[in-house]
Amino acid sequence: MTDLRADHLPPSGAPVRLWGRALKSRSLVLGAALTLIFVLAALVSFLWTPFDVTGIDIANKIKGPSARNPLGTDHFGRDILSMIMVGARVSIAVAFVAVGIGMAFGVPLGLWAAARKGSLLDEVIMRGNDLVFAFPSLVIAILITAIFGPSAVNAIVAIGIFNIPVFARLTRSGALTLWQKDYVLAARVAGKGAARISVEHILPNVTNLLIVQGTIQFSLGILAEAGLSYVGLGAQPPTPSWGRMLAESQTMISFAPHMALFPGLAILLTVLGLNLMGDGLRDLFDPKLRGRS
Amino acid sequence: MLRYTLTRLLSLAVSLAVASVVIFMAVEILPGDPATLMLGVNAQEDTLAALREQLGLNGSLWSRYLSWVGGMLTGDFGTSYTYRTPVAEMVGERLWISLPLAIYALTLSTLIAFPAGIWAASKRGSAADVGVMGVTQLGVAIPNFWFAMLMVVVFAINLRWFSAGGFPGWDKGFWLSMKSLTLPAIALALPQASILARVMRSSLLDTLSEDFVRTARAKGLSKRQALWRHALRNALIPVLTIIGLQFSFLLAGGIIIENVFYLPGLGRMIFQAVSARDLIVVESVVMLLVFAVIAVNFLVEISYALVDPRLRHGR
Repeated sequence: MTDLRADHLPPSGAPVRLWGRALKSRSLVLGAALTLIFVLAALVSFLWTPFDVTGIDIANKIKGPSARNPLGTDHFGRDILSMIMVGARVSIAVAFVAVGIGMAFGVPLGLWAAARKGSLLDEVIMRGNDLVFAFPSLVIAILITAIFGPSAVNAIVAIGIFNIPVFARLTRSGALTLWQKDYVLAARVAGKGAARISVEHILPNVTNLLIVQGTIQFSLGILAEAGLSYVGLGAQPPTPSWGRMLAESQTMISFAPHMALFPGLAILLTVLGLNLMGDGLRDLFDPKLRGRS
Repeated sequence: MLRYTLTRLLSLAVSLAVASVVIFMAVEILPGDPATLMLGVNAQEDTLAALREQLGLNGSLWSRYLSWVGGMLTGDFGTSYTYRTPVAEMVGERLWISLPLAIYALTLSTLIAFPAGIWAASKRGSAADVGVMGVTQLGVAIPNFWFAMLMVVVFAINLRWFSAGGFPGWDKGFWLSMKSLTLPAIALALPQASILARVMRSSLLDTLSEDFVRTARAKGLSKRQALWRHALRNALIPVLTIIGLQFSFLLAGGIIIENVFYLPGLGRMIFQAVSARDLIVVESVVMLLVFAVIAVNFLVEISYALVDPRLRHGR
């Protein structure tokens, strides 16, 4: 299921054909393009933004889109395009690191559980996962920020914790099927230990699954960060964030709807891009699943 | 069935016990003294001492945990520091908004998702399928609080069909109250309906490709009959799981939507308690929500056994 080279493609020229198929997948190309736009916007914002996002310009406050400010200005006269570019940094960084936390803890746990399938350790790891799943993530994020104070770092931790069981379960179930394969048996006969087999033979073959799930968790992380910063529990002022831009726009929504429109569109398009990319990657890695979910 | 229920019940109890320890410890490991944290550094020493006494901070860790858990088991959730009212009373009041909102949203989500998912699966690959999948793709990606704000602009500010927020109270009339919960319920339901429709579709597609469906077709049933009589029931297990998860998500996830519409529900209460550092409220409400989530998941697992007779007699 995950061993791409062995199951679906001829061994020679496989990477070339993978690229060819990738470029033919509409959802993958569209999704990757959307994602790339926002990642580039975040990167460019470190070097250049149309206006300074901390500069207050009351003379130009609450202006709709114009040639000077393509997406208009907010109640302090700040340029919304610039704020969205800088806000992309926080969203992307929080979601990215949260996925990193999930993988860093979840993947080893899943590999370990699979290597000792049926043992007490496996049972403890899996029940621990169930327990984390049982917690309402938003409420725990709120608990964490209630205790340690609101900040982007605490938002990362809160979102990251809930990524751990996702990756642990996925890795375990992927690894369990791989442990049945002949090449793993061969490795065992050759005297390799469970840890070495997990790293050398199992891990490379679950990478595809992890990439697809990582993309999906990335998009969920963006949504979660937006929600947390909307209620004031994410990145703190003066750092612009998409969620807080929406919160600030709310009282002015009847006469300045553009202030609410563009940050929301930024979230929607980023999440949509990542989801499309995830779908595209899944079809690419495992054509049998095409059009299923 | 008895054995299945008992094992599930045991795992329910263990989950709750571990959850209570985790939540208790989370509040315990607070840097510094909770009383100082709640009152601020400029608080008078005697006020601090009084609060410490009230929080039971003078006892040992173990006795504090036991009295907290024991209190909750007897319905005593402590007293809010900021409102000086019993937490149980506050929760009771606000549950009458959050619970109906969650049920309303779940009903909408199910009513939208079932027909959409079944329709898409039965016309796989058609324009209808592509359309449903496209809409759900958007529905999953849209932040629900932003969707809520857009609906306020269109239906409350421009069309004036609904009020932009607030809650009249159930004593002002059932329909009026339901009306004020409608926009929040739609906002909550949209992403959930999208997820549910996708799960319904893919689960049904999986079942439709199974041998027993082919047998049913070979027996002379039409495609439609095979779907309704044989495939649908078997496709329900993953759908039930998601509905269970969604109910708890809707109950807890209302916090953000309640903020958009200024609804005085549990979500707003916990959020205000966080801002006011009212940890007694935070601790108890978090535990209550975790309890609700775990209990709902338990009920979902029990309901599997009703749908799938194999589980009743042990695997």
